[in-house]
Amino acid sequence: MKKTSDFEFNDMQGLLRFGYGGLTDTCFMLLDVVNVEMAREWFATAPVSSGIKASSLPDTAMQIAFSKEGLSALEISKTIIEGFSDEFIYGMVRSSNCSRRLGDVGRNVPKSWKWGNGTVPHVLLLLYAKQGGIDAWRETVEDELFKKAFRLIRLLPTTDTGDNRMEPFGFEDGISQPTIDWTLRQSTDSHERDRYSNLLAAGEMVLGYKNEYGQYTERPLIDPAKDPLAEHLPNAEDDPTLKDFARNGTYLILRELGQDVSGFWQFLDKVSDSEPDKREKLAASMVGRERDGTPLIAEHIPGVSRKDHGNNFTYDLDANGMHCPISAHVRRANPRTGDLPPGATGFVSQLIRILGFGQKNHDADLVASSRFHRILRRGRSYGPTLFPEEAIQPNAPIAERGLQFICLAANISRQFEFVQNSWIINSKFGGLQQESDPLLGDREPLLSGENTDQFNHFDPLGAKQKVCHLPNFVTVHGGGYFFMPGLRALKYISSLTTKGSHNES
Amino acid sequence: MTPQSTFMIVATVNVGQLKKLRDLLGAMNKIPGHADPENALIPFYKFDQLHFARFVIIEANTAHEIREFGVNPRPWRPTLAFLGDVDGDTHTFLADLVSNAEPGLKAIFSHCEDFSEENLDILQWLQAHDIRPNANYVNWLGRTVKQIREEIVLHQTLSRYLQEIAHDVDWEDIRTVRQKLLSHVEMEKHKGRLTLSLPEPTPREWKIRNLFHLLGVPLILLILSPLLLIALPFFALRLRMLERSDPELFIRPSYEHVKVLSAQEDWDVSNQYSVFGDVKPGLFRLLTFKFILILTDYFARHIYNRGFLARIKTIHFARWVFMDNNHRVFFASNYDGSHESYMDDFINKVGWGLNLTFSNAVGYPTTTWMIKEGAQREHAFKYTQRRHQIPTEVWYKAYPGLTAVDLARNSRIRQGIEVRQENDAEIREWLRLI
Repeated sequence: MKKTSDFEFNDMQGLLRFGYGGLTDTCFMLLDVVNVEMAREWFATAPVSSGIKASSLPDTAMQIAFSKEGLSALEISKTIIEGFSDEFIYGMVRSSNCSRRLGDVGRNVPKSWKWGNGTVPHVLLLLYAKQGGIDAWRETVEDELFKKAFRLIRLLPTTDTGDNRMEPFGFEDGISQPTIDWTLRQSTDSHERDRYSNLLAAGEMVLGYKNEYGQYTERPLIDPAKDPLAEHLPNAEDDPTLKDFARNGTYLILRELGQDVSGFWQFLDKVSDSEPDKREKLAASMVGRERDGTPLIAEHIPGVSRKDHGNNFTYDLDANGMHCPISAHVRRANPRTGDLPPGATGFVSQLIRILGFGQKNHDADLVASSRFHRILRRGRSYGPTLFPEEAIQPNAPIAERGLQFICLAANISRQFEFVQNSWIINSKFGGLQQESDPLLGDREPLLSGENTDQFNHFDPLGAKQKVCHLPNFVTVHGGGYFFMPGLRALKYISSLTTKGSHNES
Repeated sequence: MTPQSTFMIVATVNVGQLKKLRDLLGAMNKIPGHADPENALIPFYKFDQLHFARFVIIEANTAHEIREFGVNPRPWRPTLAFLGDVDGDTHTFLADLVSNAEPGLKAIFSHCEDFSEENLDILQWLQAHDIRPNANYVNWLGRTVKQIREEIVLHQTLSRYLQEIAHDVDWEDIRTVRQKLLSHVEMEKHKGRLTLSLPEPTPREWKIRNLFHLLGVPLILLILSPLLLIALPFFALRLRMLERSDPELFIRPSYEHVKVLSAQEDWDVSNQYSVFGDVKPGLFRLLTFKFILILTDYFARHIYNRGFLARIKTIHFARWVFMDNNHRVFFASNYDGSHESYMDDFINKVGWGLNLTFSNAVGYPTTTWMIKEGAQREHAFKYTQRRHQIPTEVWYKAYPGLTAVDLARNSRIRQGIEVRQENDAEIREWLRLI
């Protein structure tokens, strides 16, 4: 495969390729299937947007994903469901261990979620429209058949964004995204990928393709001899005798995150002695970017201007976090590390590093290589805009604000759960102490009693500035794992029949 | 310097007593799999030389896998292992253990074979059932529990004090800041709230043995090198043949199994890991495995004893032990972070090292030339290691909440107290740690 156009975009839902940023209005629905036959009938003609690039921006878009409960409700065979990963099958609330790892403890405990604790709604329907067009689009979608087939479990709040790319705290969002190697030309061999690169193997984001290990992620494969309906599914690349149910599909991870915007800015204002400059600087060091998205790291990738976009930098020259604190949110979420610690120039220095030597800094090489832990973010924020200047006022208007965090990944455990656990929640990330993510941390102390609610940064003289007793700025209100199928797989789902299982027909 | 040593008391569980034993051990825990340090059976908190300890019931859940090689599984009965890592020699610890926990030890080991409570010298019995690791890793040779605890207090004292004075000091005048901290340390020492003990002298006998080992292993290899050189092409040929023909077992572990294991994980910043499986059949694999472990032990003992095992800085202690007359192998480690991150480190940072050792074990993903592929076959690797992992009944860590990186940092803070930094940049670097 050499050209971008060779990729099976026509079989892939568009969200894998586009953020639909131009479609500013959204309606995200969690549905339960109440009539299986009718639901299938509806899916059969649902105008799901594919990954093909249109010549002009479409007026609307629709994306569909299923929870495991949804696949079961639609009578997908047990063997197919068992082919998915444990994380998908057993869910985001599968065990107290999982909740501990994801930081779903304390105020975030699933017991207090608005949805997703226990069973997850069957279907996640994402509707997008141009400004002002969402109501009409929703009306079109919710036809008679739809109303008979589904029951609305929860309408996830979203706010039409307009031109606003700000998340509720007031920072430009969605800057760091992996570039997917649609032409499948980049090597995944570690010996050619010492340094951080934003170009990512398609298999990290889309099931059925080679991932960064050059391997195919686990997924349901079907023997077409036993299941004639599978005939129209794509072949499995790693075993052409089998059909690949998940090819061109991916996992969609959804978390409803409430953001306490006035709590955030008021806390910052308090610890900055109400000095706007100081407050702004502290906020930027917590996030790891200024509010307009400018990174705190001076550009040093040769030949690329810092103004190009906020992505051409690594933290290699800022190992101690003097410029961008190690705990800064964007540094945790994507530490921009390569396979080897920086400085390897030739075979010998590579070998020295592989053996663990040649590190100038004691805290070097504590963070895993980034390319195995990337996610594609597709979230949308909700709630009325509240600017920091208003937010610090004691009478700041109260409203529900937050983010419908959506990300796509082929391996929930290695990508989303790893990032959330080892990088975001971990109070020992990169050799830190007592610090969790300044925005997302759950603030629960360790079992030993050690705090995790601090944030440290350095002033220009190198003196450590400690901010203690960070309150919760973000609270989890719900979440679930979904499978966003390729379009042929969606066709397969809609063509199942209840009487006489497809296995026997 | 006080060198560390290990113990691993192993005994077969009596027929019909497995459940009773498991319940008894479970009663030692405060939370799933984690010992209450003050439990009545083995009051771990009393042993100030004990770093980590665990009780694990070794069961051969994956014994059938060797059938893929056309070999019938050997019988294996559930075996209780009590293992740990201590400062000083094993004998002294075991004696201390007996004097503090004799009734508890008897209650536990009475579920095992050839243990009769009457007329038994329990210390002798423990020693007779103690097996030695084939390779052993200590994160920081000579760092004692006592030192770790003293340095925790030092770090907390300095950290608190620095915060108190942060607003009143002139950060341009960094030497004065240091002086204030040093004076505070002296004051706290004087008040008896802080102790920084000097290291004990290194035992002579240990020094001599260590020197013999340091020189002996390379010397023997040097003497054997002509033979090894001649054998090398045959070794390579045979290796490639086996790598092509050895079955790769791509079996997903059951979720029930994963649930049991994960229920014990991620309570603290560190976790335990115990894994048990078969050595691949044939003398070639066994000798290769043994040879690699001799090298592993050598490098761990003499080179990787200062906070890192190749690129991994998150392992506190680890050991490899042959069991069942060299037919089976047991691996145990204490590591920081989640299981997922531990495995990703294994794959991405030291995959080559893991491949060298465990490619000789049944179920390990196919390697090429012993170092390539293997662990990098992500799913096959993650499946096999989880499948072969066994739950730990009781686990004890002497310093909860602290990672190996924390411990190393605390030691560096202490060094900064004892050895004056040469310039302002070094002082700032030191202050950054606090």
